[in-house]
Amino acid sequence: MGSSSSGMKDVPDAQELVQETGFSAAHLLRLHERFEFLDRDGTGELRPEDFDAIRELAMNPIGDRIIRAFFSAGKETLDFPSFVRILAHFRPADKNRDRAQQEPANSRTRKLRFAFQLYDQDGDGKISRAELLQVLRLMLEMQVTEEQLQCIAERAIQEADLDQDDAISFDEFKKSLEKVDIDHKMSIRFLK
Amino acid sequence: MAALWTLRLLLSACVLGCLALTTPEERPQPHNLPPSPGFNSSDGSLFVDLPMALRVFSVDYHHVQAPFEIVLWIMLASLAKLGFHWSGRVPAVVPESCVLIMVGLLVGGVIYGVRHSAPPTLSADAFFLFLLPPIVLDAGYFLPGRLFFENLGTILWYAVLGTLWNVLGIGLSLYGVCLLAESTLGDISLLHCLLFGSLIAAVDPVAVLSVFQEMQVNEQLHILVFGESLLNDAVTVVLYKLFESFLRLPSVSGLDVLLGGCRVVVVGLGGLFVGLFFGLVAALTSRFTSRAQVIAPLFVFLYSYLSYLTSEMLHLSGIMAIVTCAVTMKQYVEANVSERSKTSIQYFLKMWSSVSETLIFIFLGVSTIQDVHMWSWSFVCSTLLLCLIWRATGVLLLTAVVNKLRRNVVTFRDQFIIAYGGLRGAICFSLVFLIDDFPKKRLFITTTIVVILFTVFVQGMTIKPLVELLDVKRKKRALPTVSEEIHSRLIDHVLAGIEDVVGYWGQHYWKDKFEQFNKKYLRRFLIREDHQAPSSILRVYQELERREQRGDEEAPQLGDPRSPSRPLLPEEMDSIRRILSRNLQNFNNKQTPAYSRHTLHQDTSIDRTRKPLHRHQSLGERHTYNTITHWTQGEDGDFSGTRRMRAGLSRSHTVCSMSPRPFVQDSLVTAADPKSVREAPVERAPQKQLSFVLENENHHKLYKLGGAFLIGAACLFLFMLLLYVLWMEVVDVKRYILQERGDSCQNAQVSVLYGLSFMVAAAGVPLELVSGLVFMLVGRALLATFFVSFVNLKSPGTDQPTNPPTHPHTKHTHTHTANLCWGLELR
Repeated sequence: MGSSSSGMKDVPDAQELVQETGFSAAHLLRLHERFEFLDRDGTGELRPEDFDAIRELAMNPIGDRIIRAFFSAGKETLDFPSFVRILAHFRPADKNRDRAQQEPANSRTRKLRFAFQLYDQDGDGKISRAELLQVLRLMLEMQVTEEQLQCIAERAIQEADLDQDDAISFDEFKKSLEKVDIDHKMSIRFLK
Repeated sequence: MAALWTLRLLLSACVLGCLALTTPEERPQPHNLPPSPGFNSSDGSLFVDLPMALRVFSVDYHHVQAPFEIVLWIMLASLAKLGFHWSGRVPAVVPESCVLIMVGLLVGGVIYGVRHSAPPTLSADAFFLFLLPPIVLDAGYFLPGRLFFENLGTILWYAVLGTLWNVLGIGLSLYGVCLLAESTLGDISLLHCLLFGSLIAAVDPVAVLSVFQEMQVNEQLHILVFGESLLNDAVTVVLYKLFESFLRLPSVSGLDVLLGGCRVVVVGLGGLFVGLFFGLVAALTSRFTSRAQVIAPLFVFLYSYLSYLTSEMLHLSGIMAIVTCAVTMKQYVEANVSERSKTSIQYFLKMWSSVSETLIFIFLGVSTIQDVHMWSWSFVCSTLLLCLIWRATGVLLLTAVVNKLRRNVVTFRDQFIIAYGGLRGAICFSLVFLIDDFPKKRLFITTTIVVILFTVFVQGMTIKPLVELLDVKRKKRALPTVSEEIHSRLIDHVLAGIEDVVGYWGQHYWKDKFEQFNKKYLRRFLIREDHQAPSSILRVYQELERREQRGDEEAPQLGDPRSPSRPLLPEEMDSIRRILSRNLQNFNNKQTPAYSRHTLHQDTSIDRTRKPLHRHQSLGERHTYNTITHWTQGEDGDFSGTRRMRAGLSRSHTVCSMSPRPFVQDSLVTAADPKSVREAPVERAPQKQLSFVLENENHHKLYKLGGAFLIGAACLFLFMLLLYVLWMEVVDVKRYILQERGDSCQNAQVSVLYGLSFMVAAAGVPLELVSGLVFMLVGRALLATFFVSFVNLKSPGTDQPTNPPTHPHTKHTHTHTANLCWGLELR
């Protein structure tokens, strides 16, 4: 598997990343290999076009949003540390976490925040009705009518919106998902 | 309506034909009749009295007997299938396999009643060599590759371990039952029980798929059950042959068991390699078919069948071979051959597998009527029970283990469907006939038939209601809120995307490696040069489309008015939940099951690349379509049109109604209405439309009725003529007449001929048919012109031509039915 493996020396800032994200050295190495595989022109940085080459991602209804979530505001390139930091969100939660530590990337709140940001494209901290409709349209693509979509969005906002401002804030979002086991759902098990 | 009656007429004529021609040969041979004495009458008769050496009509059945009977059976099967699909609500309740078996039972019963001997049975050779390969080839060719390989671990887990569990469990328990009922069943040895267990544990892909057609299953479950049934065939057949060879050995030692285990592996892998080899050769051959494109499809079939036969010859698993061959050659062949050849391949595969499946079920029914049955209550009932129990426990246990390793857990509902949907079919049936003869073989045959009939009928018919009951119960227990559902599904999609980015270890790693190898070596070798770089063109279109999509998202949403918030009624809530659960349940948003026996499913990736083509084409014709799109927007958005696009093959219809959002917004903007006002003018339309319909509706129906009657009369007339011919040929009319009247009139001379009236009647039949057809066409033309004028009524104030250039009739019926639906919705 590691036929053309780069050693740990090739990985930039390896030690810090291991500390920060909690990935093991082996995982970091594998992620670096994947990064280099995606980086077809070998510049050491990823661009949105490199993500487009992943075919399954193109077929994902919210594929574009996921890609955009990797690139922080305004930047068009992605280097390896940022790549790893985003992926750190998807590690399964550590069982015994030292309470005094700073909240790690894979805590439940951070995971939910990632999902929240996929809805909230304009970054105002709230999911407005229009943003919800956009996502619904993407996911339900062509199976439902416009009126039904409106109904569904209406209902979703009614359920979640506690302070009646016709938008869903992050806390309301968290509350509406309190029964769902986010750690199980939003983790890639093999990244442990 | 009229068509249905004509169909029934044809069907019964066919059955009667089958019947008549399979009756024993006690009837006089028609061509042995002595020359009629009419030859001697030279009194200048007016009739055309041909010399007796030449007969005008004669029937020589033996010459064509074999192919004729085969064709009649296939015809019967196909007509039964047609009739099934035309009969109103039957498909919803009874799966097709049940109906076909019932038809088979009927035909078998009739044949038995007439002949008083067993009807023709399905010989194992015919089944394995001719009937099974098309079905498996079709299954392999349309296998959704990505989904299959993603779930391969689970599928193998169920197929191999599950089958082993079932076989050993059923075999050993049956042996226990035989020991308990020592008196009646004492002479069945352990090996026989194991042999029986191995063949009865086989879940049949044919039966399972035919039941799943009517059920709503998401694609993951579909691929699990389907993949399991395909792969477990290999395991079953291997185990069966293993136990059979054990039976032939004088004694079985430990070494033999070990060798048996090795043999399983060899057979499975051997089949795989044979399939791979033939698949690659087929791909290579297809590279050179550019100059003889018409026979390109033939290579696909020939090579697949060859792989099957080769592996059967080497006692390897033919099913694995043919599936591997199909999966391997598909991508290369489809890149090499022309578009039409590709469609022909797909169509022929569907056709052959459909016919095969139908024939199998009918023969199952026919072969049930036999006089070789031996019944034993204990054996049969215990087999039934044990099959159910062992399958259920096996599925439960295996799923408990496998869920820990999967992200998408196999829910309880899915487990129930997998366990309860384990139908047995024709494979068990053929295998049981192949057993070497021993005293209790007939008992095995009877039990197998009972198990098959039970599973197909009882389980097949009740699985749908039971699943719906489960859904209801599940809903009652824990209703997730709408937000929860939406957000959960979003998270699922996110995770899928991240997994794709990360290149989910193991699976994607190997997949990527294979893709690289594929691109570097295989594609270059196996695909024609000029077809090798489609990716750049595809990529351009994909890029264009993606940019358009992104542009759409950023564009301000024009038509999103605030609908006044009102409390939602419970039935609306229910419908919302139903919509969400149905549409969000499919991962990656694939609504249609990837494999369907009855229709060709359009590949979604091709859909996406073709969409921009259509869109860009239709850009020029936007104006003509505006009227129609304005309509379809009026009823229920552009979505119904595209839904129909997904559902069917015909794409010509949907070019007009597939209005992507820019068009919709255009028409919205031109109409310049907020939503409420837009409803009003279209609301007035249904009233006008309804009255219009009532006025002219009946005229075309009358014409069609008249045409149907004429055609019916022509058919009856033809039937009468045929009966006359039959009577003339088969019955010795002269002798009969002489016998009856001979004593009163000594020198009677009888001449039996086909006279002038017969000729005139024979000429009249086609004329009557033609006139019936003309009436039908008149009726249809009336219908079409009626819609044209009716669309003229509708287009408010536009001076655009209202007839879109292609397929006016189909487009208009589309809008008509669409409007009726919408009209109903409004109410």
